[in-house]
Amino acid sequence: MNGEDWQLVGFTAWVSALSTLAIVPPGIALAWLLARRDWFGKSLVETLVALPLVMPPIATGLILLKILGRRGPIGGWLHAHLGMDVVFTWRAVAIALGVMSFPLLVRAARVAFEEINPRLEQIARTLGASPWRVFWTITVPLARRGLLAGVLFAFARALGEFGATIMVAGNIPGETSTLSLAIYQSVQLGEDPRAFRLLGISVVLAFAAVWSSELIQRRARK
Amino acid sequence: MKLTLRNLRLPLADFTLALDAEMSAPVTGIFGPSGAGKTSLLDLIAGLRRPDSAHIALGETILTDTAARLFIPTHRRAIGYVPQDLALFPHLSVRRNLLYGHDAKADATITLDPVVEIVEIGSLLDRQISAISGGEKQRVALARALLAAPRLLLLDEPLASLDHPLKRRLISYLRRIREEFKIPMLYVAHDPEEIRALCDEVIVLEKGRITMSGSAKEFATSPS
Repeated sequence: MNGEDWQLVGFTAWVSALSTLAIVPPGIALAWLLARRDWFGKSLVETLVALPLVMPPIATGLILLKILGRRGPIGGWLHAHLGMDVVFTWRAVAIALGVMSFPLLVRAARVAFEEINPRLEQIARTLGASPWRVFWTITVPLARRGLLAGVLFAFARALGEFGATIMVAGNIPGETSTLSLAIYQSVQLGEDPRAFRLLGISVVLAFAAVWSSELIQRRARK
Repeated sequence: MKLTLRNLRLPLADFTLALDAEMSAPVTGIFGPSGAGKTSLLDLIAGLRRPDSAHIALGETILTDTAARLFIPTHRRAIGYVPQDLALFPHLSVRRNLLYGHDAKADATITLDPVVEIVEIGSLLDRQISAISGGEKQRVALARALLAAPRLLLLDEPLASLDHPLKRRLISYLRRIREEFKIPMLYVAHDPEEIRALCDEVIVLEKGRITMSGSAKEFATSPS
């Protein structure tokens, strides 16, 4: 591995971790709302959240490009008011990874919440605990393994993301290039040894993340 | 303390829970077959469910009044609840379970030591919930509800899963609690023996309606 490879691994791990951390609060809040409350528009939100799982990633990337580009509603506002560009920067990579792994986090967290006997939360309330205290002292501790497994699974998904990222962030070496993008580029350029080296690293990283997630989920089921 | 239930209506799967009642005895038994609406009634009193219509008051405090759009949230009702499945928190030790409600109340008047002594769980305090027996779990759930210093205690078939000798022991604990702490109780059961052993007044519920209401003596001599 040379310096460029290490930089690539570091950037991919960092931006995947960042995107995962960013989706944890809204992902867990939404999962709880889906698991514990009935509300108007719930099925619509459920469908919207699941869309990135089934849509071609490149299509999700195109939607992000249109929204985050300088002429897009969010990208245009950010450029005009904060002088900030999103597309073809590391921010676009983080957003693409976050959007693509969000459904996995929400699904895992929702299952974790649904597996908790709601009577435990209800009885905690009869003991004088506010909904906030119940959430932090009963719900989260009992769901913690499922939540952690969901976070790791989302991280693993982010590590391997390709389609949406290349659409909205391009493949700029040292700027937006991630492991998957670099593998694609290496193959295109006929640099097979590098492609296989990066492939090996990707396999090890993904294996470690998915394996930890599975181990945690298995312990949670016991 | 008087519990008032007026114009209470809650549609359930097969019938509508519909009743008017006043309960002021130290221990009121709610007797009826499974699926009569007993647990739903306790849930309404505790604020865990919202009725279609009801005026529910405990003493002078109005807990639910649908006409006035008033609904006191569960955690502000000070109503203890021991559910059928006990709902002990599996990730907390016995001690942390007991103190869960106690810690939430700065003015809790009931302290750990006397409660632990009455229900004889002193030796269990540092154990995990998974490491105690069914009868011990019943006592921990009862003690936990008491330690939150409730104004009313709801007991939903707390002895249903126990054998006869254990039932008798727990009834004696409940009697001591009743004498020591003077907290009014609603005691749901479908075993008439338990009702006769513990309750002063009885309401018989069938398919969501009151079919008999009277003293425990009247209940004992009633045909059912």
